[in-house]
Amino acid sequence: MDLRTRVRRPARRSRAHGGLAAHLREPTQVVFLALLGLVAVGWALVAFDGGQLLTMESVVGIQQRSAALGIVAIGQTLVILAGSLDLSVAYLISLTSLVAAEIMAGQDGNIWPAVTAVLVISSLVGLVNGLVITRLQVHAFIATLGVGLIIKGIVDHLYDGPAGEVPASFQVLGYSRVGPIPVSAMLWAGVAVVAWFLLSRTRLGYRIYAVGGNEEVARLSGVRTARVTVITHVLCSLCAGIAGLLLAARLGAGTPTVGTDGGYDLESIAAVVLGGTALAGGKGGVAGTVGGVLLLAVLDTIFNQLEVNSFAKDVVRGVVIVIAVAVYARRGTRRSA
Amino acid sequence: MKRALPILAVLVVLLTAIAVVNPFFLEPAGFLAFLKRAAPLVILAAGQYFVIVSGEFDLSVGSLVTAEVVIAARLIDGDESATWPVLALLIAVGLLVGLVNGVVTTKLRVPSFIVTLGMLLVLSGAVFLWTGGAPRGALSEGFRAFGRGGLGPLPWSVLILLVLGGAAIWLMRADFGKILMATGDNERAAALSGVRVDRVKVFAFMLSGLSAAVAAILLGGFAGVSAQVGQGLEFSAITAVVLGGVVLGGGRGSVLAAMAGAVTLEALFTLLNLYGISGALEYTVQGVIIIAAVAAGVIRLPRKSTPRRGDAHAAS
Repeated sequence: MDLRTRVRRPARRSRAHGGLAAHLREPTQVVFLALLGLVAVGWALVAFDGGQLLTMESVVGIQQRSAALGIVAIGQTLVILAGSLDLSVAYLISLTSLVAAEIMAGQDGNIWPAVTAVLVISSLVGLVNGLVITRLQVHAFIATLGVGLIIKGIVDHLYDGPAGEVPASFQVLGYSRVGPIPVSAMLWAGVAVVAWFLLSRTRLGYRIYAVGGNEEVARLSGVRTARVTVITHVLCSLCAGIAGLLLAARLGAGTPTVGTDGGYDLESIAAVVLGGTALAGGKGGVAGTVGGVLLLAVLDTIFNQLEVNSFAKDVVRGVVIVIAVAVYARRGTRRSA
Repeated sequence: MKRALPILAVLVVLLTAIAVVNPFFLEPAGFLAFLKRAAPLVILAAGQYFVIVSGEFDLSVGSLVTAEVVIAARLIDGDESATWPVLALLIAVGLLVGLVNGVVTTKLRVPSFIVTLGMLLVLSGAVFLWTGGAPRGALSEGFRAFGRGGLGPLPWSVLILLVLGGAAIWLMRADFGKILMATGDNERAAALSGVRVDRVKVFAFMLSGLSAAVAAILLGGFAGVSAQVGQGLEFSAITAVVLGGVVLGGGRGSVLAAMAGAVTLEALFTLLNLYGISGALEYTVQGVIIIAAVAAGVIRLPRKSTPRRGDAHAAS
């Protein structure tokens, strides 16, 4: 009898994790409320300045600006939910943009081989990240930083500047749009929906929350935690690869600095945390991350319209991120108290 | 000392390898020049060590170094008499940034990764907002002496390194070190045993800020004023600390090993240069070595540190 209750307990707990995932929409609501508030305040400020915030042009701009970061941030969400993190994404984006543009070499026929190569390379990088973390037991911070440095070294050694050429038919991904919605934003939305489905409707999703919530408990409940960690890293790297394709399409060529210049590593982590996902793992979700990325993009657009100095943007951005997380932390302690 | 042994062994091997290629390295002047170059990173690593061992991160040190150098150049602007007041100001700014990092982390319960990431953005934005995009002004000769000059054959930076390194080792042996270690190992247990956890952590962040200020003073003199002077230093410092066998997450590792890790990293760069590995591939080698070193450390450490040595052997 005693044995049976002991066996049962982990099962109950993993169900509680599924419940948790449903409960933790709360910070998500906060992000979208903040987003609405920001749009309202920004609209007023820009109107006062004699402009208009929500023109067709700026709405398209917001979506285009956030698509690449959004896709990376969704991958980062999966990794962070599983209690890990990935600092190699920025370097991987540069690498994949180069691989894509070099293989395409301006020929329409080479698009699919290039896309396949990018996806294969990024999943390999993800696999290496995951295996170094789980098999060699290196802290994710050091493991992904190390892998990132390895990629950076190879890329910088082989390339000094932009290389390769993306054919016009692939550049559609970067520029064209259907009505007010750019193709890149649709791609982002597609990735987000897949990730949402994965997290909230599949067994793997629950396992990700379980591993991030408490790895030891998850392991004792029969979850193969190492496998979950590796899979999330592969998925995250795939997202970075897709972002690399998107940026190659937009720039028309591969660039060795496109990932690091965009600051996609730290910025994607910031967007995830801004969306209410706990850095320690186990709490949060994709919807919040989408809100976080949009929040950063709207902030950017408002500053552009008001013609605020770009350095002031960084200051405000830093303050906003810290304040947002402080607000979540406060709610968290109140709930548990 | 015992915990510093593996990294010291690696260091000796690297130094020997350098000496084989470049015999000048064995002469006092050659070795002192190497130490002078390594001093800023070693000091940063010591500061980062306090934060990491208390269970936190400090990602803001790189941009703090840049900010300090830019502030110094703008305020001194070649004026010799401004040197000492500005030096005092830099130290104060470093301590203040650490204080803010620490207070936001402990009182507002924001993870330090995010706090210091926010601080990184704020510092790099604010300082260039103030100077209009590019560093302006110039450092005085008196200021640059700390990074360049010396007392006879001994460079100032090596003297400063010895003093601060000694102070760090002393600090870790004093009550503060034991309390810091306890906090990083198990915060709740430490708090229940009467440790003022918040105060200890704030102090650790202030030490990191202080070390960034000192590193900025040395780097400003050694490398001059630029917007890139502190770029990537936060990752180098964390890498150095981890190379020294200090565990991310807190509670394990010695400050001497952390500093030895920084010297090792610098020796590694020197060696790669000597063997003519191009600037870019240096990163690749660095990445491989960091992962390998940490992996090797993790595999070896549990056997050494757990008292149940027999179990570990039986398992392997």
